[in-house]
Amino acid sequence: MRHVLIADVEDHPGVLNRIASLFRKRAYNIESLAVGHSHRPGISRMTIVVAEDHKEAIQVTKQLDKLIEVVSVTDVTEQRHVSREMALAKIAAPEMKRTEILQLANVYRAQVVDVSPGSIILEITGDEDKIDSFVEIIRPYGILELSRTGEVAMVRGRAMPTPTMVAEDGPAA
Amino acid sequence: MKRTGAEIILDSLVAHGVHTVFGYPGGACLPLYDALYHYQDRLNHILVRHEQGAAFAADGYARASGDVGVCIATSGPGVTNLVTGIAGAHMDSVPVVALTGQVPRNLLGTDGFQETDATGVMLPITKHNWLVMNAEELPRVMEEAFYIANTGRKGPVQVDVPKDVFLEEVEFDDFPPPNIPGYNPDEGMQPDPTLVRAAAEVIHGSEKPIILAGHGIHYSGAYDELLAFAEKANIPVITTLHGVSSFPESHELSFGMVGMHGNLYANWAVDRADLLISLGMRFDDRVTGRLEDFATEARIIHVDIDPAEIGKNVTTDVGIVADLKPTIRALIDEIDQLDHTPWVKQICQWREEHPSLAIRETEIVLPQWVIRQIYHITNGEAVVVTDVGQAQMWAAQHFWYDRRNTFFSSGGLGAMGYAFPAAIGVKYARPNEQVWCIIGDGGFQMTLQDLAVVKEHNVDVKIAIINNNHLGMIRQWQTLFYEGRFMSAKLENPDFVKLAEAYGLAGLRATSKKEVLKVLKEAAQIPGPVVLDLVVDEVEKVYPMVPAGSSLAETIEGDEVEEARYA
Repeated sequence: MRHVLIADVEDHPGVLNRIASLFRKRAYNIESLAVGHSHRPGISRMTIVVAEDHKEAIQVTKQLDKLIEVVSVTDVTEQRHVSREMALAKIAAPEMKRTEILQLANVYRAQVVDVSPGSIILEITGDEDKIDSFVEIIRPYGILELSRTGEVAMVRGRAMPTPTMVAEDGPAA
Repeated sequence: MKRTGAEIILDSLVAHGVHTVFGYPGGACLPLYDALYHYQDRLNHILVRHEQGAAFAADGYARASGDVGVCIATSGPGVTNLVTGIAGAHMDSVPVVALTGQVPRNLLGTDGFQETDATGVMLPITKHNWLVMNAEELPRVMEEAFYIANTGRKGPVQVDVPKDVFLEEVEFDDFPPPNIPGYNPDEGMQPDPTLVRAAAEVIHGSEKPIILAGHGIHYSGAYDELLAFAEKANIPVITTLHGVSSFPESHELSFGMVGMHGNLYANWAVDRADLLISLGMRFDDRVTGRLEDFATEARIIHVDIDPAEIGKNVTTDVGIVADLKPTIRALIDEIDQLDHTPWVKQICQWREEHPSLAIRETEIVLPQWVIRQIYHITNGEAVVVTDVGQAQMWAAQHFWYDRRNTFFSSGGLGAMGYAFPAAIGVKYARPNEQVWCIIGDGGFQMTLQDLAVVKEHNVDVKIAIINNNHLGMIRQWQTLFYEGRFMSAKLENPDFVKLAEAYGLAGLRATSKKEVLKVLKEAAQIPGPVVLDLVVDEVEKVYPMVPAGSSLAETIEGDEVEEARYA
């Protein structure tokens, strides 16, 4: 099962190394990791997608939370949230195929960001499914390069990701 | 006022009440040693003979004192030599601050002489670490280092300092209070009352409860609470290896140690219990045996300061993340006076029928018997520091620990060579106590160079080598599981008495029971370090034993393999 974790971390050199080291040493499966500045100065936000069952996802969350520079971490999988990923795809596009490709791009609301002789770069944003599906549709035209950002996620509404620990795996009372 | 980086570091040590540090100089940390020269009235630097010994000694010092242990090493080989000791402190949650020198800033990343990515090497085996790129950061970093090492689930930290940062002069007034947004250990100290009530309810519904006491009792100092709780609830207490000396072993509710070499009756009790109250322990594989068959009939109440330990290895019914002391107090208030006489009697009966700690009457010197004699000769008042392997297990089993926090061992990492340097650290922490290092002939040869240290400072540590001329645990496993194909198990040993004498120390050898008694008495009366070469039976094994991959229910009591075939 896929779990989406949001982690706010101190923007220090080596933080990414600590997180990567944790995933490596405990053999957690990481699907994607996206990181960038958050709205708070000095704090970066990471969205980490792990392929682990519920019990392991709890462990991943707790172990991440133990890292000194991780300010908070939340498994938002069960919370109402939006998630988006961006991809750039360079597609082989001889003139005769170009219109066809552009029509497909239109269906997926992909933007054309570069047109060169024989190739075209499309930018697409959406959830993972949409991008997977787009990639499959354009694959027959010849994907020359594909670059995906990995998922970024945010909890809906005014709520922030609850920074407290996720529930234990047993009945509490 | 103006202070150099090195002075700020040493001021920090003094401010935290550190009086003894263990270290080894080298090029990159020479400026720190130059500053130490001027702090000799406040800081006692013990020059070990290998950096690994510095880390082990700092570990022993920390465990025995309850304070933070400090070790110092230089860049490159200095810091890589610390690794084993720091990894051990990490596994056993021991608060240690490792100060390491680094090449000057302009050489960082150039593969300079004695350059190692020291923070990279230490990253997975420390609770946290820093590479300090400006002396201005040092007041904050040093404060955070002590704070992180000694709060929450304790552990080692490393402060890596480039040579020129030691020398850099900056304006310094005071150490700022630690302010780390992602680290709030105080939050998780008090137990949630709802969970305490839930735990009490589970306890009230249990007929066959067991308390499993671990290392956390020592760290929390929850000795009185554990005793009062066990007595009020009338629940048998069984300890992990690190829980040894957390509960008086002469108490009628004490049933000793659980696990791979736990008492048969303790293992059976855990196997058949309907409730485990696990206090400050982490269900290590050496404790649980085959996990799927571990305590299958038991509900589990697990109290630990580290949230990640709850539900990590076993599924808990009630998990409480808190300090043990207030948690056990709250439990005592919440529970009724209980009576589990039939259950206690049942375990006593198992103990009568299967006395795991009975020692056979023999002519030859059995290692278990030697440990028992150390117990008698010291009136049970010794502080015991053990190495790893057979001698470790015998020391845990056959010395009876009634006094609090008097047993120290490399449990999680299982690092051979730990005991001797750690015993030095323990002695510096508790100078008025008798410190006995119980070590095998193999383990002793891993770090014996610190004989020079105990000679130089007259560190009164009795080194009892349980000498079976073998890597005993290797021999035991090769006997039991490799059909007696002894590969690299036999040791060609030096003359340990002459070795002691070469270092200017007293060395005593015993090869018979009579001689053992004589030399133990003699050693106890010598006011200083003594090396005891106690030659014991070569083929004796540690029992009971849960073979790797077996369950606690499958604990074996003794020997059915004919040793002589392989002799």
